[in-house]
Amino acid sequence: MALFDPASTFSGDFWQSMGATAIFVVLSVPCLVLVPLAVALLLNRRIRAATTFRTVFFAPYVLGVAVIGVIWGYILDTQSGILNHLLGLTGLPDNIPWTVNVPWVWVTLVGVTVWWTMGLNTVIFLAGLKGINGDLYEAAALDGAGPWRSFTAVTIPGLRPVMLFITTTTVLASANMFGQSYLLTTGGPGNATRTAIMYIADQGLSQNNMAPAAAMSYVLFAFLAVISVINFRLQRERVERTVA
Amino acid sequence: MTATAIPETRQVQPTPEIRRPRSSRRAAGTTVLYIVLGILALIIILPLIWMLITSFKTDADAVRNPYGWPSPFSTEAYTRLLTSGQQPIFLWLWNSFAAAAVQTILILVTASMGAYALARMDFAGKRIIFGVIISTLLVPPVVFLIPNYLIVQNLGWLDTILAITVPGAAGAFGIFFLRQFFVALPVEIEEAARVDGAGEFRIFLQVVLPLARPALATLAVLSFLNNWNDFLWPVYVLLSPENMTLQPGLAMLQGAYRTHFAIVMAGAVIASVPVLILFGIAQKQIVESVAGAAVKG
Repeated sequence: MALFDPASTFSGDFWQSMGATAIFVVLSVPCLVLVPLAVALLLNRRIRAATTFRTVFFAPYVLGVAVIGVIWGYILDTQSGILNHLLGLTGLPDNIPWTVNVPWVWVTLVGVTVWWTMGLNTVIFLAGLKGINGDLYEAAALDGAGPWRSFTAVTIPGLRPVMLFITTTTVLASANMFGQSYLLTTGGPGNATRTAIMYIADQGLSQNNMAPAAAMSYVLFAFLAVISVINFRLQRERVERTVA
Repeated sequence: MTATAIPETRQVQPTPEIRRPRSSRRAAGTTVLYIVLGILALIIILPLIWMLITSFKTDADAVRNPYGWPSPFSTEAYTRLLTSGQQPIFLWLWNSFAAAAVQTILILVTASMGAYALARMDFAGKRIIFGVIISTLLVPPVVFLIPNYLIVQNLGWLDTILAITVPGAAGAFGIFFLRQFFVALPVEIEEAARVDGAGEFRIFLQVVLPLARPALATLAVLSFLNNWNDFLWPVYVLLSPENMTLQPGLAMLQGAYRTHFAIVMAGAVIASVPVLILFGIAQKQIVESVAGAAVKG
């Protein structure tokens, strides 16, 4: 149980990487749930070209993280990146260290992850919205409910099962983040964005410390299992209350 | 992972809009809606277009003119990349294709047989076996990282195509995915075949598999994409440049040509075009299978 022994060589680094993972989960999950929810609500209205928009929003998700990493690596480069170049043209600061300094590295990792994967949760939310019985909206309208009221009284309860699925899978996906940090920030500055997966893979497969790395993977697994169960309990109660 | 607990929510009716008289306010709202969606679509698509444009620039042009049209239009980046001895991108492309195709075939074979047995055959311990298979879906992949590496290492498979095709060739997802489909097939057709004297294997091969073609195609596309885009595992198990696939190769390319935008973007284009074409062909199946998995449970 050297992982819980502060004097061990692994303990400090491992818990730091767990902390970095936790920061990423806390920052990214709300964005990865709310942005796709908003986009799905927009696409669910009767508009032309909804399928085309859906296809465009989903497209980055089929690309590998290496492609995402090299594209954004160049766009966000502090000196020669086009984002800073563009910001400079509009009179804003043109030397933002997107991939170099805290807190910008977190903005980058979350932003790039949203750009890459928002299409996934969007199509899941859309399927959930299509599944809500249309009669409920008509009933709400007959009762004099405005758009906001029918959103809170019909849409939100109707989406609860889907919401449970999305929050669970998104927390797990964010906790398993690897490629974005590996390619965009190389875990830096210092080891601020080195995630648990990055540390486990490095210790186990590069530094040949397989036993501690395997132990770390079980600790991470235990944490994720506990979080999933808590999330499931909290949301299932609401799902049941809605159905009842 | 909690998919089984999600109740059936799918209905046949589409969500009707609440009908209100058309007014200028509503028309203005629709315009705003299109503008918001249009801006979002641009944010999604511009980095990809920028990748494509930059790959056709010369090095000097990419620095001088970071987001304009290429002037001159040049395929220099591609020719340099394709003739490079240290970064054999043709080999990476071939390795990626070979690995993704081989693993997809292995998954189709193992998943269809496993799913058929669990859906249609009776044997002792069936429920326990199904439970064990499904529970591996709940374990985060990192837990398998070290054990899989040790197995691959001891078999002498490091730095070979076996390392990136055999682990994962019998994953629980495929079995789960196809079993759902097989369970829903009408039993009568199989019973008719059985009455005609067909054995279990013939029923599987000649009756069930042809009926399951759409599900097999969807599973094939998802498996291919998954293997093609895998990053962490090949980074650690593929060592020499000639054995790499495109994803770890791209990371290596970025390290080797840090200041040569055009070359790295050309590599990214080569790694993206095959999956974007696949997405173009099979987007309906891809989108519906990921959305359906969540809603149907």
